[in-house]
Amino acid sequence: MTVVPPPAEQLHGLTDAEYGLVVDALGRTPNAVELGMFGAMWSEHCAYKHSRPLLGRLPSSGRQVLVGPGENAGAIDIGDGLAVVFKVESHNHPSAVEPYQGAATGVGGIIRDIFTMGARPIALLNSLRFGPLDADATTDAATATRNRYLFGGVVGGIAGYGNCIGIPDVGGEVTFDSTYSGNPLVNAMCVGIARHEEITLARAAGAGNVLLLVGATTGRDGIQGASFASANLGDDREERRPAVQVGNPFLEKLLMEACLELARRDDVVAMQDLGAAGLTCALAELTARGGVGADVDLGAVPRREAGLTPYEVLLSESQERMLIVVTPDGVAEVEAVFARYELHAARIGTITDEPIIRCRDGADVVVEVSGRSLADDAPRYEVRGGPFAPSSSAAVDDLASEAPSAHVLLALLGAPNARDRKPIWRRYDHMNGTNTLVGPGAGDAALLRVKGTSRALALSIDGPGPARVGALDPYLAGASAVVEGAMNVAVSGATPIGITDCLNFGSPETELGAWQLTRAIDGIADACRALDLPVVSGNVSLYNETPQGPILPTPVVGTVGLIDERDAALRMGWRPGEEIWLLGDPADDAGALAASELAWQRGIHDGVPVLDVGGAARVVGLLSLLAGRGIARGAHDLSVGGLGVALARMALAGGCGARIELEASTVPTATLHGERAGRVIVTVEARRASELTSAASDAKVPARRLGRAGGSGLELRLGEAELELSIDELSTAWRRPL
Amino acid sequence: MTILGARPRIAVAVFPGTWSERDFLHVATEVLGWQARPVWHAERDLGEVDAVVLPGGFAHGDHLRTGAIARFSPIMEAVEAFARSGGPVIGSCNGFQVLTEAGLLPGALMRNDHLEFRCDWQELRVESPSSAPVWLGELQEGEVIRLPISHGEGRYVADPATLDELERAGRVVLRYATATGEVTDAANPNGSDRGIAGIVNAAGNVLGLMPHPERAAETEVGGSDGLRLFRSLERWLQERPAPAERRVSSS
Repeated sequence: MTVVPPPAEQLHGLTDAEYGLVVDALGRTPNAVELGMFGAMWSEHCAYKHSRPLLGRLPSSGRQVLVGPGENAGAIDIGDGLAVVFKVESHNHPSAVEPYQGAATGVGGIIRDIFTMGARPIALLNSLRFGPLDADATTDAATATRNRYLFGGVVGGIAGYGNCIGIPDVGGEVTFDSTYSGNPLVNAMCVGIARHEEITLARAAGAGNVLLLVGATTGRDGIQGASFASANLGDDREERRPAVQVGNPFLEKLLMEACLELARRDDVVAMQDLGAAGLTCALAELTARGGVGADVDLGAVPRREAGLTPYEVLLSESQERMLIVVTPDGVAEVEAVFARYELHAARIGTITDEPIIRCRDGADVVVEVSGRSLADDAPRYEVRGGPFAPSSSAAVDDLASEAPSAHVLLALLGAPNARDRKPIWRRYDHMNGTNTLVGPGAGDAALLRVKGTSRALALSIDGPGPARVGALDPYLAGASAVVEGAMNVAVSGATPIGITDCLNFGSPETELGAWQLTRAIDGIADACRALDLPVVSGNVSLYNETPQGPILPTPVVGTVGLIDERDAALRMGWRPGEEIWLLGDPADDAGALAASELAWQRGIHDGVPVLDVGGAARVVGLLSLLAGRGIARGAHDLSVGGLGVALARMALAGGCGARIELEASTVPTATLHGERAGRVIVTVEARRASELTSAASDAKVPARRLGRAGGSGLELRLGEAELELSIDELSTAWRRPL
Repeated sequence: MTILGARPRIAVAVFPGTWSERDFLHVATEVLGWQARPVWHAERDLGEVDAVVLPGGFAHGDHLRTGAIARFSPIMEAVEAFARSGGPVIGSCNGFQVLTEAGLLPGALMRNDHLEFRCDWQELRVESPSSAPVWLGELQEGEVIRLPISHGEGRYVADPATLDELERAGRVVLRYATATGEVTDAANPNGSDRGIAGIVNAAGNVLGLMPHPERAAETEVGGSDGLRLFRSLERWLQERPAPAERRVSSS
């Protein structure tokens, strides 16, 4: 059969070849509604056409894993019959055109993923990227103004949604770089707690069971959001606003409480939230996972406006909706739960044995497709990365040998990428639920107690470290993001138990984009193996490109750690008299400065970064031991600005100075401001220092004594160079407004 | 009948969109061992209770105006009757907004002056605790306590005559302050008139405050000053001269 595809504007983003595959799958040509469904479901956003073959490289199993990738979120056993349920997701493209609603609905979407699993959400985190907020050498004034508008809108949207629904926003990170101008990144993570027996999967089953569409009504918002998120951002941002949905956190709060009541019931077979590609995606995934079909009456879908076409009903991305499969004898009681919360619960169809989704509009059958074709049969494209050619750099070598100065340290501490984030997080309710033991700004990871147990969860979300390392080697971007997360959790005294990842990249259809994506995934996979961490959920956001080019490769990792006895948690600051030690590779070499904040400030965009993932994993293991035995008291991960900035942050956190003495070095600036991942500062009482060194030696972790806490300022001697900084000076630099 | 030493019984009203009922219930039952019951807004009967909590959150989505719809929820008739009969009522955050809308407390809560939501630990100066021994009996005049705030619309406003009268009658009981107890503009997180964070009614049984005492009831979450409000209630219930049976219902 010769297939003549319709013109491109009717193809919903499918290629001619993909259209041919649709015809093969159906055994006939699709009608316009079906074609729209395939266009959305086979978009990169829903089908992971370019990334799925690569994602198979990530380790996803482990003894404690209860639910791995493929469901609404992953779940890991934390003891006491409880599970932690978590996932991170991007909302980059919507936030680029409508920052408030784009970010708000990103938060709403990830929360739905968690309570759909039957877990009560207890925490939100977010990872953000923007272009510079102030004009500089990379950014003109108009662009900076636009960046500031996007930043304000995104932070406002996250605050607006999370505060209203009542889930604390306990942590996050933000980096500014010119490649994100016009293409901000908004990655939101949600963490919930469920009893094992209440975990609900999105797997339809049982012919005759009833499909209930619950929550909000269906309207014309967000149509084609999935395909919009699967293309580069052009200059037509304003025209793309209709692809962005509008959030209603109040409605979702009601939906959440109703669904959490349902999760305890046996007559609820499955729950699936409606996100990208709306009803189409929910129907396709529910039926495909369960190997069943569905008979759906589109006329029964509650609408917020008249005249919606079947296409619009099936593709609308109106927020705060869920699809629930209920046994027939349970429907009345389930409807009563929704009625109490004043929510719609419409019976829109039934589950069938025949694995076909059949949608009726009045008497007409308008759709007849298999859920599996929509959900699973999109073509997979091989993405192949080229080899990595490191470029050594004389400029980095020169920078490394520069004499350290207080001026440079203060400039790094006060850089937009390092300074205090309180202007952001004080807009987020971070205490709701009274579980927050360590909130934003107070530690490298947030620490939340698990009520009714002695345990606490340590939560962190991190991009690569250094933040721009992906520009030099995307493999290290992936590996270092995993290491950063594990370190941040471990310096809280917790043992990392699992991660969720969000892969933010440019177009996979370019050689550069393909190479970056492939290498980053290999880096994540290798680091996960070294740290014995499963990836239990995740999300991929490609086509993060503007006419000015792609973003930095930005794999983002959400890490969950567990402390069995939360009294053993470590703090970030130090106390007078404590000894200060550096654990891990001392990084006394110019390569430690490659991709660092300081190198970028100087316009140096080359060098050869390295990372010993195995060594980092040994540091993580050692930290758990030091915390568990009560040897270490304070700990802090080295990140932006390296050792110098980390010492300053610990001094600020403890409100106490320190005297630090480092040996003379030929690369003092690398020692002080190198950003190689996998290193931490720990503090111990002097009488326990020998326990520290012997544990470090057993763990084959280098340990270097840096000095002792005390006094009213940071005195730092590095060979001949002497830096003296008062707590006030540090505070003024760090607390500059964003 | 409240028996000396018996566990206090509280009702926590739950509106569509409120959330701190969960934290109040945790403090009451897990921290203090009280009896506590969530009461859905559509109910009309509070049951036999010693005190009522109006929690924080976004009742009815804050649609129209904070507290404006919640004030008409069916349970509010019972709450108002309970309050007017002298029953202890505390409204925190959104609950304070509901109390002003319901006319149980004067004034109104407006958008923060800087237009942003604000969540932080906040020092508060205690004033005239003797005006409201029910809720503040364990606190001292002039002392500084620390409680979390978390609101976008917490700017307390009233006309000058009302403010003067509140101050004259000792009904301003909490003001935003510095760590040393000074009431300054810099210490005022939302632009409230005269730094007001909490007020009581003339009888002293109804307390409205923007801060969240339920979030400061265990040291591991950052402080326990909030627990002293609960302890005040406990002591007041034990010491009040004539324990009265309180079954208040609008039916």
